[in-house]
Amino acid sequence: MFGQPTSPRFRAALAGTLSAGLVLGLAACGGDDSDSGSGTDASAAAIDCAPYTKFGDIKGKTVTIYTGIVTPEDTPHIESYKPFEQCTGATIKYEGDKSFETQVLVRARAGNPPDLAIVPQPGLVKQLVSTGKAVAAPQEVSDNVDKFWDKAWKAYTTIDGKFYGAPLGASVKSLVWYSPSEFKDKGYTVPTTLDELKALSDKIVADGGKPWCAGIASGDATGWPVTDWVEDFVLRTASPEVYDKWVNHEIPFNAPEIQAAFDAVGGYLKNDAYVNGGLGDVKSIATTTFQDAGLKILEGQCSLHRQASFYAANFEKGTKVAEDGDVFAFYLPGKDANTKPVLGAGEFVVAFADRPEVKAFQTYLSSDVWANTKAKLSSGWVTANKGLDQANLTNPIDKLAGGILLDPNATFRFDGSDMMPAAVGSDAFWKQSTAWITGQDTKTTVDNIEKAWPK
Amino acid sequence: MFNTASTTPEKILQMLAALLLFAAVMGVILFIAGRFGGKRGDKVVAYLYLLPAVLMLAVGLVYPGLRTIYQSFFDAAGNAFIGFDNYHTIFTDKDQLTVLRNTVFWVVVTPFVATAIGLVYAILVDKSRFESFAKALIFLPMSISFVAAGVIWKFVYEYRPDQGNVKQIGLVNQVIVWLGGKPIQLLIESPLNSFLLIIVMIWIQAGFAMTILSAAIKAIPDDIIEAARLDGVNAWSMFRKITLPSVQPTVVVVLTTIGIGTLKVFDIVRTMTGGNFDTSVVANEFYRQTFNADNQGLGAALAVLLFVLVIPIVIYNIRSLRRSEAS
Repeated sequence: MFGQPTSPRFRAALAGTLSAGLVLGLAACGGDDSDSGSGTDASAAAIDCAPYTKFGDIKGKTVTIYTGIVTPEDTPHIESYKPFEQCTGATIKYEGDKSFETQVLVRARAGNPPDLAIVPQPGLVKQLVSTGKAVAAPQEVSDNVDKFWDKAWKAYTTIDGKFYGAPLGASVKSLVWYSPSEFKDKGYTVPTTLDELKALSDKIVADGGKPWCAGIASGDATGWPVTDWVEDFVLRTASPEVYDKWVNHEIPFNAPEIQAAFDAVGGYLKNDAYVNGGLGDVKSIATTTFQDAGLKILEGQCSLHRQASFYAANFEKGTKVAEDGDVFAFYLPGKDANTKPVLGAGEFVVAFADRPEVKAFQTYLSSDVWANTKAKLSSGWVTANKGLDQANLTNPIDKLAGGILLDPNATFRFDGSDMMPAAVGSDAFWKQSTAWITGQDTKTTVDNIEKAWPK
Repeated sequence: MFNTASTTPEKILQMLAALLLFAAVMGVILFIAGRFGGKRGDKVVAYLYLLPAVLMLAVGLVYPGLRTIYQSFFDAAGNAFIGFDNYHTIFTDKDQLTVLRNTVFWVVVTPFVATAIGLVYAILVDKSRFESFAKALIFLPMSISFVAAGVIWKFVYEYRPDQGNVKQIGLVNQVIVWLGGKPIQLLIESPLNSFLLIIVMIWIQAGFAMTILSAAIKAIPDDIIEAARLDGVNAWSMFRKITLPSVQPTVVVVLTTIGIGTLKVFDIVRTMTGGNFDTSVVANEFYRQTFNADNQGLGAALAVLLFVLVIPIVIYNIRSLRRSEAS
């Protein structure tokens, strides 16, 4: 749901939310989507059909697409396929399934895969390719991706020299939520460097407040928000190059640069003067759900909360999320104003069939035409497709995220824990980060994660 | 027909197809069985009737069981044979030892405390005026799912800081504050947190123990009790010498049943702490290793361990059941 619907942590988080009975938050999620899905046939009508007619006559053919995107976020997806259906006469059969991530592997292994799958992590794409059932993307898709996406994106799903999955949507994680009205009243300004962020935090402390609130509880995925913090700080205190080496295990997890990034995060999260506004001391971070923590901004208990763009949907209905509203976000600044590392995530379209109609639809999904159609239809969705006209994004936070993603000076990096082996990315990194928050020192933490890395 | 159904009519159609298939299979079996007669025929008929159940058990239970044992000797990806390394990990790795320690806490504490509470409660309310109401009260938690119980108790243990005008919302911490103490982050403090989770299980299982034991108490013949009364026993002797020996086989069944349930406990831990803060138990760790850490070998080994731990209790349970049936 939101920008990046089906990352494993998000799904785990979702499960956590459900089981924690915090259905209220969920009910508020994406509540606007149903409105935006209807009455937009006009904008979905006319597209240039030429790129798809060259795949031959595919009238009456069916393409199945299998995803983890379910109600209500599926509506804009299904709507956005209509122009293609009208052009070609083919039918797209959409299947959304909450247990997509395990089921897609089961279906691929059992020889019953869908034609296309929307896969939210590069790691899962690799697993699917290793089943031998996935087919490489056609040339037309590859050309589209070369044209519309930063080349880093293509590398995420290029396996043994073959390119498998065209990116679809993207999301931004390097955001700090704040209250514009509080900033205005107290004369705070949005920081543009890491030093300014620290200075701002100190200033809030001097004014008698707790600057930050944080929460990392998320059922059995507890700890994932810390991994995002650490990833963001590796990109900032070290560099994107070090980040790539770290994610690919070309440098060990306990390398000095990574320890330094952990300590830099510790300067915020393990600093009793900075946390945890209205929620307790440092340890309370471990038991506060990630959904709850940022809400303290609205209660005036804290001023800053670092969380991805999807957090917009967590605020109660009626909260104005805008630059002049109740709550908004700013880009977590780089080391200086000129470096702009962006941590984010996204999803990829993987094919299991190479029939003409499947290829044609893949081509449509990788085009700028689809990106713009989808943008007009949905709220809480962005993409890093360079063909996207930002004017088509409908709400302020999407505009902010879109602006960050498409900034030519920005250096995008995919969420590292989604690319690390599962034993680290969805187990040791989470567990050890949680232990780190509740008192374990940095050295032990990174050593333990390094030990868990599969040999 | 064997594809995943996505719409409701498709699902209903699939269900009908499955029912037809079932009827067809039964028809064939009955037809074949009908062709046999006489003494030997009875035996054949019996085997024929057993066949579907045995086949399904073989496919659904025996094969996966054997496959899990086989898998437990392989590495994380399930490719390389590594002998007993996974088992070695379970009994030497620091985290895994914590898991075993917690499992021991659970298995030692839960069955005995839950059974004791259930027994005492059953005796206390027996033949009292509010018996059915009092019983319903303690039986209610039984009807709640483990996940729901976990959610409820998570609220009971909820923590809010001792800070300005922030109010407690958790019952336990509110009581602590009323008594003049400082609120505690109950679910983080190990090993206290494990016992706090165990309380949830006891809360659920005490009702089960009470129901079964209450029925057993009512089954004690009146003449024994009357004879004891005439001999002038006091309440304690009545409990020690009459009630307890009479319900002893039932106590064993209750203890072992709760014991098995406790060994397999997963939902409460997953809901309340996700296995963090040193609260994981074998069943939770098995899930975590298999699905989160993608370590199928270690996951399988933990599943086998769970299986091995449950077997002796099951055997004991069945034997004592048989003994009580025989007497």
